[in-house]
Amino acid sequence: MRTDVTADVTPDVTTVATPEAAAAVRTEVAPEVTSVVRTDVAPDVTRDVTPDVTSIVRTDAITAVTRDVTRDVARDATTDVATDVATDVATDVATDVATDVATDVAIVGASVGGLTVAQALRRRGFAGSLTLIGAETELPYDRPPLSKQVLAGTWPAARTRLRDRAELDALDMELRLGRRAVALDQARRRITLDDGHTLRYGTLVVATGAHARDLPGRSGLAGVHTLRTLRDSERLREDLRTARRVVVVGAGVLGCEIAATARGLGLPVTLVEPAAHPMERLLGTDIGAALARLHTEHGVRLLLSTPVAGVEGEDGRVTGVRTASGTLVPGDVVVVAVGARPATRWLTGSGLTLADGVVCDDRCRAADRVYAVGDVARFGVTGPDDRGVRLENRTNATEQAVFVAADILGAEARYRPVPYFWSDQFQVRIQVYGSVPAGATVRVVEGSVADRRFVAHAEADGRLVGIVGWNAAARMRTARTLLDLAAPTA
Amino acid sequence: MSTTREDATPHITVEDDRCVAAGHCVVAAPEVFDQREEDGVVVLLDARPPASARAAVHEAVLLCPAAAIRWGDGPS
Repeated sequence: MRTDVTADVTPDVTTVATPEAAAAVRTEVAPEVTSVVRTDVAPDVTRDVTPDVTSIVRTDAITAVTRDVTRDVARDATTDVATDVATDVATDVATDVATDVATDVAIVGASVGGLTVAQALRRRGFAGSLTLIGAETELPYDRPPLSKQVLAGTWPAARTRLRDRAELDALDMELRLGRRAVALDQARRRITLDDGHTLRYGTLVVATGAHARDLPGRSGLAGVHTLRTLRDSERLREDLRTARRVVVVGAGVLGCEIAATARGLGLPVTLVEPAAHPMERLLGTDIGAALARLHTEHGVRLLLSTPVAGVEGEDGRVTGVRTASGTLVPGDVVVVAVGARPATRWLTGSGLTLADGVVCDDRCRAADRVYAVGDVARFGVTGPDDRGVRLENRTNATEQAVFVAADILGAEARYRPVPYFWSDQFQVRIQVYGSVPAGATVRVVEGSVADRRFVAHAEADGRLVGIVGWNAAARMRTARTLLDLAAPTA
Repeated sequence: MSTTREDATPHITVEDDRCVAAGHCVVAAPEVFDQREEDGVVVLLDARPPASARAAVHEAVLLCPAAAIRWGDGPS
């Protein structure tokens, strides 16, 4: 049961002078909810809107969304909004008025970054209203298992859930799933959702993640996949059941894991990669070569130094991948794992600076009271010539989310994470702290490559910049400290 | 399958078949979590840590990259 009902329909919101005040407006939707309006947030304005609802005509709002909204509200009711409230909201919406709602903190993106902001805010005692908006309909879930346990079929989809329903309910937030933000109006501190409804915020957190990049020629061909969502993973798994030959394009973390999982299912797999080694950009050439051997030993056919021109098909079904040199690599299932692009299209024209991500300062602020976290955030940009950093990894999403929650509540630190990722392939766990830049000197400091258990240090300009562990997890615990000590103090 | 450890409330539980051995929990709350020597998987040292460890455990719950830690007395 929700204990607060943030304003649902505010007839005279235009009379509220400031966004701060607007965010503080709380409107009761129905008499039976009156008694559960939070008292700890001291509503400045309390109105019963029901009689006035037909008078609300927002010129900028899309009307006639009754059917969609009714359905969505019904779905919300199963996750967050109490049924009695949902019913009344649906009744209000039946007047063909797109609602305009206020929330103290709006988080767009309900994957691990967005959800963790909400959790960290509550953990730190934040008592204001929270709205979490997610484009997918599933409860927030974790993505690393999608290329491994879920694809292999060893985990049911539900196991990927980040938090269960009771834990989400305890966060006391409005969770709107299956809804996409389509526009941001910074001046009015308002976002528009794909159902035409608007949401006014005091603080906005952009956590929309990234989309899979694609290859030319893909459109409309059955058997071609990218993997980003739970649904993608389930679809690919379904296709792998009847696959005869799998081609994976791109030997980054995702491509290597998919290749390993597909081999584990007994399928013939070809992994095609333009660089000379798998995960070369992440591991360097020496460890990349060890990874190539691992895949070869397990029967993956590796086509390295092989750029791809596109996918090809016949009668609507993929037949293979055409390399840049003109060879067709045959496959009836093709997985394209060639990276991701930040999901920023909805922010076009918003005034936020977009440059392969939402450009943020070293406090992860994209603008006044607008933050970005996770894959979508390009943070630490301190000047026009500064590219900043964008990290697509699981641990950055949570660390950045915890940081941003603290900043929202008044901390003023600088976000300077030690990047970390891991990858599991053929019973090998690879862990990397920091990075292994091109040209770095890589030196095994413990164990050996031959023993298939080692820790390696990457040094650039005489400084430790990365630590790689290969089946050496317990040996990696000091890695972060070592890198912190080696980091420039600038 | 899961070897979730459970005691009476309130308490910490870890799912060690979910753990990815990142060791973030050990960094956040070393008096509560440790890692197995052979594979780095989490070892719960204290399922009911003292109040002084509360903030650190909260941090570990949030930062665990596998969402493998739960603390039974509040939202995780």
